[in-house]
Order: sequence, then structure tokens, then C-alpha cells
Amino acid sequence: MILRVDNLVKHYGAGRGAVVHAADGVSLEIAQGEVLGLVGESGSGKSTVGKCVLRLTEPTSGTIELDGRDITHLSRRALRPLRRDVHMVFQDPYSSLNPRFTIEQIVAEPLRRHGVAKGGEVSRRVTAMMERVGLPRQMLARFPHELSGGQRQRVGLARALILEPKLVVADEPVSALDVSVQASVLNLITDLQRDMGFSCLFITHDLSVVRFLADRIAVMYLGEIVETGPTDQIFAEPRHPYTQALLSAAPVPDPVEQRQRRRVVLGGEIPSPLDPPPGCRFHTRCPLAQDVCRTAVPALRDPYGGRHTVACHLVTDEKIPDATAAH
Amino acid sequence: MTLLEIKDLTVGFDTEDGLVHAVRGVSLDLAEGEILALCGESGCGKSVTGMSIPRLLPPDSTRLSGSIRLDGRELTGLPEAELRRVRGKDVSVVFQEPMTSLNPSFTVGYQIGEVLRRHEKLSWKAARARAVDLLRLVGIPAPERRINEYPHQLSGGMRQRVVIAIAVACSPRVLIADEPTTALDVTIQAGVLDVFRDLRDRLGTAIILITHDLGVVADIADRAVVMYAGRAVEQAPVGELFARPRHPYTLGLMKALPTAAAAGADGRLRLAEIPGMLPSSLSDPAACLFHDRCPRAKDDCVTAVPELAASGPGHLAACFYPLEDGSR
Repeated sequence: MILRVDNLVKHYGAGRGAVVHAADGVSLEIAQGEVLGLVGESGSGKSTVGKCVLRLTEPTSGTIELDGRDITHLSRRALRPLRRDVHMVFQDPYSSLNPRFTIEQIVAEPLRRHGVAKGGEVSRRVTAMMERVGLPRQMLARFPHELSGGQRQRVGLARALILEPKLVVADEPVSALDVSVQASVLNLITDLQRDMGFSCLFITHDLSVVRFLADRIAVMYLGEIVETGPTDQIFAEPRHPYTQALLSAAPVPDPVEQRQRRRVVLGGEIPSPLDPPPGCRFHTRCPLAQDVCRTAVPALRDPYGGRHTVACHLVTDEKIPDATAAH
Repeated sequence: MTLLEIKDLTVGFDTEDGLVHAVRGVSLDLAEGEILALCGESGCGKSVTGMSIPRLLPPDSTRLSGSIRLDGRELTGLPEAELRRVRGKDVSVVFQEPMTSLNPSFTVGYQIGEVLRRHEKLSWKAARARAVDLLRLVGIPAPERRINEYPHQLSGGMRQRVVIAIAVACSPRVLIADEPTTALDVTIQAGVLDVFRDLRDRLGTAIILITHDLGVVADIADRAVVMYAGRAVEQAPVGELFARPRHPYTLGLMKALPTAAAAGADGRLRLAEIPGMLPSSLSDPAACLFHDRCPRAKDDCVTAVPELAASGPGHLAACFYPLEDGSR
């Protein structure tokens, strides 16, 4: 496994003793060359998990193993060489590129920081990387503000990949882009991923995007993973009522199909992460909730095999709940 | 019955770099009780087209020409004082970010009541009672309690419902919603789209929905106008548009969606890309503005502007070489 996260907890103090439960007991694994889509809505804790993996924020408890090595408590200095192996691509290419640096300086920065290349070797590798992400060499002398959103995101990819990392954490990398630009950046990401073979934690709210590029999916709700499985399986047979609701709520661009679909209507609002509900955290909005859901915390189980796990009391050896039939 | 009729709307903005051509001769109409989607990517002019109706555009730098008729009444020449009576009463607007549309220092009830007092001359007491009804109409639970709350006490979805309640307080003829669900999570979006559907069904409100999301268009719109680089390139009833897109740009958009991914020759899933970039908004050539990105372009696409022409029932496309049936 390139990445193994075990029982990750991240709590933020919110003043006066209040605690934000951003991530609570998150476990996940990413194999060599695998793309894991981490899906959830705002406040689900998906970005917190990504930041903890990179140690951009310190986990409250739990362990993070990178390529077999426990990095949870490594000092900043000890982490530094490992920073070659893990890189991040951010959502907003406007704010994640230094406006005072040229594109060449931005893309070359990881090479210089880690001292892996000098002089002519730097510019050779930078030029090669630019070509790989589909940017013309003349762009090297430009500044970020002279580039379009799609071009900036390509620069972000070039910077993240120039050290040939083992793992890339991408947090909503295409969410700010228009459809036509998004398509070319998504194609580029899949090409680069297959050619370079890096593993990827792809964080997004957009189900159609993970369906396109993820091998496996983990669905988060209010700080917890509620379901994981191979992408095709999650879409063909979502087991958690929340996953079912999420899939049914995303409108499909086909009016005939869209207007015939059965939707799971979720009651209420996502509860505050300051005071998550007892039992199953989804019970306050779940159309199928039973008494047991209000008191007992469901564990992630894999009742049917196939590495498709779900944390729901209503999934039994005989039966998978159907939230779309609840109304 | 045609409620709103826009003819040859052209909007430019004076900037340091010169005149920016935001909308280049758009014509469309909106029937009573209709939900019309204005869709396209950033910079296509969909928002500027929508905001031209209540003229919510910077007065000093905007150059607007063409005609906008609401119920036969020309809006483009109206003085600001007259327009102010139109805004909120006949035409109202819902923006993307509910938090910036609401005043954080006043209760929800006050903000709804203010509109009713201004336009309907209601007393505070009557306005408050009506505000409770409006909150119920937009699906806010326990409206009697919510009315005393401040925006920060509400979630994003509830805030957007409050904004919609304010927008429909005076029963406008036309509601313009600019990316109203883009800032919301999908499970919340579904409920807010239901509110729009419900307003149309119960109050007969005509809605112009400005969106980049073809899924939203497929879900809720009766008809759609696809815009590109300031021009309306295609319009059709939604079923017709998705089944038989005529303009190569419309088809390109549909095929670029991740849901349309198809396996390439090497078996890998790929998305269809639209090569190239949006043309500059600083020039206004007499050409099809999509020509340099279009796989079907021929010589005349570079030298003449294709006008919207009929190509099916209620279906118009601005293309010299429109796609035939079965292109999807």
C-alpha cells in the first residue's frame, strides 16, 4: 500500500471547550497506481483527511503510513525528504500559484528545494514536464495572471508531478473549471496517472468526475466514511442510504431519464460537526432510520465481500436498504 | 402568451482595454409560467443577458441597445426611478451567493417585510404575516420561529430559500435566478430546484434560470438557450435540445461532460474535448465565433455571421452546417 490511514481523528478546538469533529475514525488505503475518489458534501471532512495525509494539519489521533512508513509523528525535518513523494494539487489555480514567480520558477521550485537537479538539468526537466502537461515552452517566461484557468491548473499539475511523486492528493482540482476546460484537464490527469503510475487521493464533491477517473470510491458524511468500494459497484449498487441519496440527487444531463428518476429526499440539514448526532450520524436525515440507528454506531462491514464496505445497521446478510423506496 | 420579449440585445462595457462585447445581438422570448434556461460557460454572456432585464449593470460603463419588452412595455429606455418600481415588483433576481444577498444585521422577517412594505405598502403586522406564508411557500420548516432569526443562523440551503422568498414576495411576473444552486451541495440543490418548480406550478411565475449545469437544465427547464461568446447559438425545448442538438458547440458541451465519457481506441475512458479557447471579447468580427474550434467549419463560417434559423419544432440554431439527427 502506498497510503494507509488508520482510525484518523481530527478535532479542532472551537473555543469555550467546543470541539469540531472534522474527521472521526477515518481509515482508508490506496494501492500502488490506484486512484481513490474521496467523495462528500461540504463539511464532510474530506479536505481535512487530505490535509492530514500531507501533514499540512496535525491529526488528533490515528496513524498515517506512507509506503509502509509511519509518518504520523515525524518532525518537520524528518518529513522533508518524504515531501518528494507526496504532492498536492489544489482547487483554485489562482491562489495556489505565487503571482510574483514566472511559470518556470513555479515548476522548477520543487526540484531546487529538494536539490535533485541543478543548472541545465533543471531547465531540461521543466521543459519536459511542460510538454507533458500540454503547455508551450514560450509560457515559461509568463506569470500566472497571464494564463487561463485551465492553463494554470496544468501548471499546478506540472509542479506537483515534476518530482515523480508516489502519491498525489488532489483537492477538487477541476471544480473551478468550465466543462470544456475540465474535460481536457481530466483527460490529462488520467493520462499522466497511467503513464507515471502515481497513486492518487482525489477529493471531490462531484460524483460524475470520480466515476470517470477513480478505481475506488470512499463516501464521507459528517467526518466519517460511510461506504467504500470499487467505483462501478458503488454506482451500480450503492448500499448506504446516504450514498443512495447522493447519487439520486445529482441531476443527469438527460431530461428524459432525469425526469423519471426516483429521488431520495433528505429531510433537514447536515448536523453541526460541533455536536454530531449519537449512533449513526446520518440518522437525523435518513428516511429509513430505526431505533438502533439513534443509539448504536454502525461499523464499516463488508457483508458481501468484494471490498465493498458499508457502515449501516440496515445492511444485513440478506438485505440492502433502498432509500429511494422510502416515500 | 409571450410575457417577455428580448430583441437584438447588445451589451458592451467600456474598459481600459476598449469595448468588451458581452452580449452580441441576443433575441429570445419567455412565455408566462415558463422556465427558460440560459446556459453556457463562463464569459458566454448569460448573466449579462439576465441582468440587462432589470438593468442591474454598471450605469457608467454599460452600452446597451436593443429592445426588452415586458408585457409589451419597453424597459430599455425607462428612467432609473421607473425601473426601481419594476425591480422586485415585476422582475426580481436571485443570485448565487445567498449570504451576500442578505443583510447580516437584520432578521429574515424584517428583510422580507421590507420588500412588502416598499412595493405593496403593507403594514408591519400584515407584512410579517405574509412573510411567514412566504417562508412556508419556499419550504422552510417552523417559519414562525425562523422569521426572527438572522441569516447566520441558517444553513446555505435555508438562506437561499429566504432569498427566493424575498424575490417572490411581490409576486413578480419574471424571476431571474443566476446560478441559484451552484454554491449548494447536491442534496440541498434538489430541494431548492423543487422550490422553483413549485413557484411556477402554484403562482405561475415565469423563471429565467441562468446556469452552467446541463444536469440542472435537464431537470427543471422547459426550454433552453445555449450561449457562446455573447451570442445565442441554439434554442429549443429541453427534450428536443438534448435529443437532437444542432449546433456543434452544444454537442461539444454535452460530450465533454464526465457522464459522457467513452472508451477510446486504446480502451481508456476519455472525454471529448473542445479544442482552443473562447475568442477575445474585445473584437466583434462578422464571423461565427465558434469557427476556429468547430470540426464542421468551412470558409463561410469565417466571413459571415450565421443567424438563428429553424431546424425542428421550436428549435433554432445559428449554424451554417447544423448537425443532423442522430449526431449524439
